[in-house]
Amino acid sequence: MSSISATKHHKEPLVHIVKRDEMKIWQAWLVRVAAIVLALLLVGFISMALTKEDFFTIYETMYKGAFGRLGSGSTVMLWNFLQKTAILLGLSLAVTPAFKMKFWNCGAEGQALMGGLASMICMIELGDKLSYPVLLLVILLTSILAGAIWGVIPAIFKAQYNTNETLFTLMMNYIATQIIKYYLYIEGGGSNKINPVDEGNLPIIFDNKYALNVLIVLVLTVLVYVYLNYSKQGYEITVVGESKNTARYIGINVKKVIIRTMIISGAICGIIGMLLVSGTDHSIDTNTVGGQGFTAIMVSWLGQFNPFIMILMSALVIFINLGTGKMADTCGLNSSFADIAVGIVIFFVVGCEFFIHYSVRFRHQRKEAKV
Amino acid sequence: MAKQAAVEMKNITKRFGSKVVANKNVSLKAYRSEILSILGENGSGKTTLMNMIAGIYFPDEGQIFIDGQEAVIASPKDAFSYKVGMIHQHFKLVDVFTATENIVLGINDGKYNLKESTKKIKEICDKYGFEIDPDKKIYTMSVSEKQTVEIIKVLYRGADILILDEPTAVLTPQETSKLFDVLRRMRDDGKCIIIITHKLHEVMALSDRVSVLRKGEYVGSVNTAETSQEELTEMMVGKKVDLNINRSQPKDIVERLVVEDLSCVDRQGTTVLDKVSFTANAGEILGIAGIAGSGQRELLEAIAGLQKNIDGNIFYNDPNTGNKEDLIGKSPVEIRNLGVRLSFVPEDRLGMGLVANMDITDNMMLRSYSKGKTMFLERKPPKNLAEKIIDELDVVTPGVSTPVRRLSGGNVQKILVGREISSIPTILMAAYPVRGLDINSSYLIYNLLNEQKENGVAVIFVGEDLDVLLELCDRILVIGSGVVTGVVDARTATKEQVGLLMTKSKEEIAGDANE
Amino acid sequence: MIIQMITRAILLGIPMLYGAVGEIITEKSGHLNLGIPGIMYVGAIGGVTGSFLYENACGNSIDNMSPFLSVFIPLMCSIVGSIIMGLIYSFLTVTLRANQNVTGLALTTFGIGIGNFFGASLIKLVDSDMPSIALTKTSQFFCKELPFADELGWFGDLFLSYDFLTYLAIAIALVSAFVLRRTRVGLNLRSVGESPATADAAGINVTRYKYIATCIGSAVAGLGGLQYVMAYANGVWSNNAFGDRGWMAIALVIFALWKPDVAILGAFLFGALCNANNYIHGLGVEAQELFKMLPYVVTVIVLVITSMRKKREHQPPAHLGLSYFREER
Repeated sequence: MSSISATKHHKEPLVHIVKRDEMKIWQAWLVRVAAIVLALLLVGFISMALTKEDFFTIYETMYKGAFGRLGSGSTVMLWNFLQKTAILLGLSLAVTPAFKMKFWNCGAEGQALMGGLASMICMIELGDKLSYPVLLLVILLTSILAGAIWGVIPAIFKAQYNTNETLFTLMMNYIATQIIKYYLYIEGGGSNKINPVDEGNLPIIFDNKYALNVLIVLVLTVLVYVYLNYSKQGYEITVVGESKNTARYIGINVKKVIIRTMIISGAICGIIGMLLVSGTDHSIDTNTVGGQGFTAIMVSWLGQFNPFIMILMSALVIFINLGTGKMADTCGLNSSFADIAVGIVIFFVVGCEFFIHYSVRFRHQRKEAKV
Repeated sequence: MAKQAAVEMKNITKRFGSKVVANKNVSLKAYRSEILSILGENGSGKTTLMNMIAGIYFPDEGQIFIDGQEAVIASPKDAFSYKVGMIHQHFKLVDVFTATENIVLGINDGKYNLKESTKKIKEICDKYGFEIDPDKKIYTMSVSEKQTVEIIKVLYRGADILILDEPTAVLTPQETSKLFDVLRRMRDDGKCIIIITHKLHEVMALSDRVSVLRKGEYVGSVNTAETSQEELTEMMVGKKVDLNINRSQPKDIVERLVVEDLSCVDRQGTTVLDKVSFTANAGEILGIAGIAGSGQRELLEAIAGLQKNIDGNIFYNDPNTGNKEDLIGKSPVEIRNLGVRLSFVPEDRLGMGLVANMDITDNMMLRSYSKGKTMFLERKPPKNLAEKIIDELDVVTPGVSTPVRRLSGGNVQKILVGREISSIPTILMAAYPVRGLDINSSYLIYNLLNEQKENGVAVIFVGEDLDVLLELCDRILVIGSGVVTGVVDARTATKEQVGLLMTKSKEEIAGDANE
Repeated sequence: MIIQMITRAILLGIPMLYGAVGEIITEKSGHLNLGIPGIMYVGAIGGVTGSFLYENACGNSIDNMSPFLSVFIPLMCSIVGSIIMGLIYSFLTVTLRANQNVTGLALTTFGIGIGNFFGASLIKLVDSDMPSIALTKTSQFFCKELPFADELGWFGDLFLSYDFLTYLAIAIALVSAFVLRRTRVGLNLRSVGESPATADAAGINVTRYKYIATCIGSAVAGLGGLQYVMAYANGVWSNNAFGDRGWMAIALVIFALWKPDVAILGAFLFGALCNANNYIHGLGVEAQELFKMLPYVVTVIVLVITSMRKKREHQPPAHLGLSYFREER
């Protein structure tokens, strides 16, 4: 490492990196929070440079973009924020069991799309044939099944031949997208879109169409947390993820665990797909999941596999997304600025882990030997 | 006039984190035309110290002088420029490269021409008496061939200060004496040879001078001719220790495990075990000796149900029911469900026996987590077990919720062996259970194994140190290239006999194949 | 018709070839750069911005434009943009030892964001009716055919009719195959990806190799984006048009067994697959959508088949995806 900065031979390196002792948990979090603050400041400065607005206006716009005018009692934006956070959180929860097993499920997008498609088909085909409760049950089960199937296909090949799952799951996303396009053609006729369907919509609670989605994802959060930390299957996932050799040594069937975990991962994605189609849009298109599957991977990683930290991380990402989106909008920038901002924040957060595990020493800090 | 030292280290200190001090104020000298042994227990900081001359680590404090000039060695490249070369214990070779490619790696000497290099390699081989095929890929080589490549690599760069880290750990006695001849030839050629070791008889046989380290600190240097093994031990350990293992006569011997014609083919399709047959008795320690990679690992894993593509019979005589069960082809769970209490301390402790990132309690749970009817884990019993083992085996740890990766090697092994013994096994298999452990921890493990034997357990012990095998075991099974080459009585056999069995097999196999 | 099919397949395959060769160079240093799709966007938008500025500076008249500058400026802008992306990735994963998968995915989000942000800003500047920006003049310089391409019939069409970036792609693939296999630099680079500790102990500057390989790999991949806009799309940029070609490029790496020369054939094959739906007659619009799945399905099949092969030389670099710290204990 010292080599980057090492000048010539025979000169002592200018900086020298050493591994530090394990940091206390609060110290580590301090570093992470500092990284997030720095990233937000950088995003702010870039915005200032681009829009010529002053410092505080930028953050005020971002805040309004995410939460709206809470002061004046309007909660429309807040619910929008909660809904977006819930969906991202849901997908992050879905990929987490797989990640903990070191299975890079990059296919949350496709798995959720297939779950959504299953909901859509049920709503259109069975909407007038079944009673409402039965219809909801059928929607739930078919969505779970569709997501699970889409998730388990790469898992079977991973278990059997150790096929690269990152690219396999990615390709499954594109295949799912094409299937949706195909369905849009045959169902939507020439228009390529499906008008919102009234049958098979999830019930509305608390007078808000997003409330049930948020509630379901919160329940999922608790369930995933308990499953990962307190169940035997969760323990098996941890062992397989840490060391496949140890898993075999104690008699865990590694292939079975890989397949079972991806069924669960895909199933949760399927539920999220149902929330999006049956619970929110009442329709489907290729953009229903909106690329959140990728962001979910990063949220899961940033949340250190802990579902409760993931709540904060998905809220952060959505805040930046909505906030910078709004700012871009009002200041005449393009909305893709939000992607750039999210990228910057993630760079800072993954980069800051270095300072938690290593420390940097400079040349003059080294004591001369007493001769 | 005082002789100019080839290497001099002055007041070297190296820390890892703020708590671990690997070397503290160490000063020592090594001369040309001399073989210097760096002696110390496992964990005494020998390797760390030498890594600082080789540019792998950088000292926190202190200075290094090469031929009287202060040297700043910040990278291995710097080390080469001072003609320092180190042969690491874990070989630094690229598996998919040929010997030549590995040897020329990193050298910038004008045109890139592997044929020229091969010629030069052959010259070095002729000079010092090495035998090697320069076009052979590393992953098809034996351990001793790999070591030869490492030595040639260093010589090819023109090194005249050579450091060897535990070079004999993986060699047979015959290969060891061949290596020693080569090293002596190099010394007579004017080179400075430093060898890191913890084996006293090697120090006595090979070196001119010995420098001793203890717990990271320099203890002193003596001329080999003027010292004794006893004096060195005392310097190394700090107090007089009794180096005898109490070996009791086996009582009530019953056949516990009968292995017949066990064959095993690995993933690449190579036969790693070929019709292995032996019996392990209850109340006895059966040693397994052989060159590293002769099939020891596969043999234990086959018995534990971890190898596929196996053939033959593994009969288990159940002491409770008197039934005879064939374990061949059964998974670890199926074996456990048959009521076979088989414990296994694998060679790879943190990669197989334990999970490095999990805490002690969760590691205890590895064997027992599936117990109980609910789908949830019970953490109470494993926690109690963890506390009991920490208490009984004096494990040094901040608590039961410390990840095992943060424990020292000896403590890691205590946790693993403690867990395996806690299930009251009828068979206990241990592969290299004292590798990397200091003397006190090693003897604790030997005593635990002896205790198990006296309790009527069939103990199978795979070892590398023939002295220990001969002192600890009752019988020794020798294998070479996956074939049993002999079974000897450990009380009467000599080291040379066992060593011969370890190597003789190779020629025999070659002979068999030619017929 | 066959000739047209092949030339089309080659044109479609070239961006993927650039991406794959760039990724191979990076992976040989032990770094799995999932940011390649984003880098290709940046390479494309870099070139678009450069040529946009130059076309404007010349008063949007082709007579004022120098052929050399109209190729050189976009080329440099593309390379500089990609290298900055490569530097971000290497700083995070090599120096700060961040997780390579997460960093790569974030880089892709970031890169696509940059591409679309600048793309949309340029589109807004020209006040076009279409959601795209056309740099057809610059494209003409990029697409100059070789001499005699027209006179030699099918031979000319098949071998001489391409833009210079297509020939450059093949040249880069062949040169990198040679460097990796037959030179000292190649040997050193491969050792860094296989076993950085070995390379380090042999005196190779591991950090420098990783940085340089990642940056060169990024620059090469970025050219793929440039070729797509300037040659395949005739200089027309529209947001998200580049699509998923970056991911196909990464899949191509596995298909090619980490060999740049094999990647050439793989890229043409992938290109042909992407285009297959246009050559099967009698397909309805909806069936066409199903046929567009073909390249992905074939990629999946390729992944499965390559994973079934177990030969030691056909495996990814042994240290791929892991970070290296010399003083690890």
